[in-house]
Amino acid sequence: MTAQHHDGGHDPNLAHHFESMDQQRQSTKLGMWLFLATEILFFGGLFVFYTVYRGNHPEIFVFGAHFLDTALGALNTVVLIFSSFTIAWAVRAAQLKQIKLLKWLIIATMLCAFTFMGVKYVEYSAKWKHGLLWAGSYNPHLDHEETHDVVAVEGEVHTAEADVEIVEIDEVQHVAEGEFVEPIVTEVAIEPVAEVADSDRSTIAPAAEGPGGLATPEAVVAEDVMPVEPANARIFFSIYFMMTGLHGIHVLAGIAIMFWLLHCLRRGDFDTGHFTKIDMLALYWHVVDIIWIYLFLLLYLID
Amino acid sequence: MSEHTESGVHVASMRLLVTIMIVLMIGTWLTVSVTHFDFGFLNIWIGLGIATVKAILVGLYFMHLRWDKPFNAFVFVSAFAFLFLFIGFAMMDTAHYQDVIIPGWPLQ
Repeated sequence: MTAQHHDGGHDPNLAHHFESMDQQRQSTKLGMWLFLATEILFFGGLFVFYTVYRGNHPEIFVFGAHFLDTALGALNTVVLIFSSFTIAWAVRAAQLKQIKLLKWLIIATMLCAFTFMGVKYVEYSAKWKHGLLWAGSYNPHLDHEETHDVVAVEGEVHTAEADVEIVEIDEVQHVAEGEFVEPIVTEVAIEPVAEVADSDRSTIAPAAEGPGGLATPEAVVAEDVMPVEPANARIFFSIYFMMTGLHGIHVLAGIAIMFWLLHCLRRGDFDTGHFTKIDMLALYWHVVDIIWIYLFLLLYLID
Repeated sequence: MSEHTESGVHVASMRLLVTIMIVLMIGTWLTVSVTHFDFGFLNIWIGLGIATVKAILVGLYFMHLRWDKPFNAFVFVSAFAFLFLFIGFAMMDTAHYQDVIIPGWPLQ
């Protein structure tokens, strides 16, 4: 080891194959940016899938977006942007050796990540209950907990919740490749509408009606029966689950790395102002945020 | 708007970080509210425009690209350039034979 190595003392964080801390930091950073470029291309394949399908079959996306709750998507966007802010602040705290603040900022970012996954869980489980799933698993149906033992016949139907008169039952709707969905049943309330609680108004929901996490209540009231399902509507849900699923896996990986960072913090890794680990996680987390900004726009905000 | 530590590392100021966060929140509100208006085919481009401005702000300030070595930004932006190439060629290809697959395409 010659004197020209290590300018100014022997930093314990400096690996022996680097000239200086600055060179080490720049090399690490370049490696991270290369990784992030591959991440963009990783998601890129799915964005190509999306663009080609939406370009050729826009009606599938207009139909499918009815089942996504814009409010929940916007909430998740706000949560992720805020977490991007806290992790950017964490980098600043690490640079300035504000260790206690750094700890709380990492925890705040993790809480945001857990909130994001919690909202995703609400959205996913609502779709799971209604069979709005990918490819071959796509089998839209009523949630069995919400259905009642009412035989769908034309005429008056009395249940504990409401009295309705079924005025029309459409033929069982044929969808692509010989699969069936629930018949579209149009019914009217016999009792004055005001006396029936909104949630109980319909005992036999239209095939696509669902609880929070799916269509907005206003849309259900206004349309009652969803627009006719276009052929291959399942493609939308394949794209939805692949894109948000891959993104969700990245959020989970981010949470795991943040647990490790807290471990490093307790070990005292950041006491010397060596902030590279925080910096790299922050770069990764910002890319997760950027991808979600596009996913929110492209999946939820279709009219 | 910014400071440096003794080792020459760029430290973003709190004021800058908070400002960028607020602008990103406003951008999100704008993206959602703009969908209530019908600009026809322009809707998607307006949405993509706002999203791209947000992504650029995140890259420049939260990810420090503004003060970083330009080569890092070049690496990252080149990924998007290749992605556009990928999407562009895929769209050209699929548009080329849609009229064979779907009679009467493009739909009026």
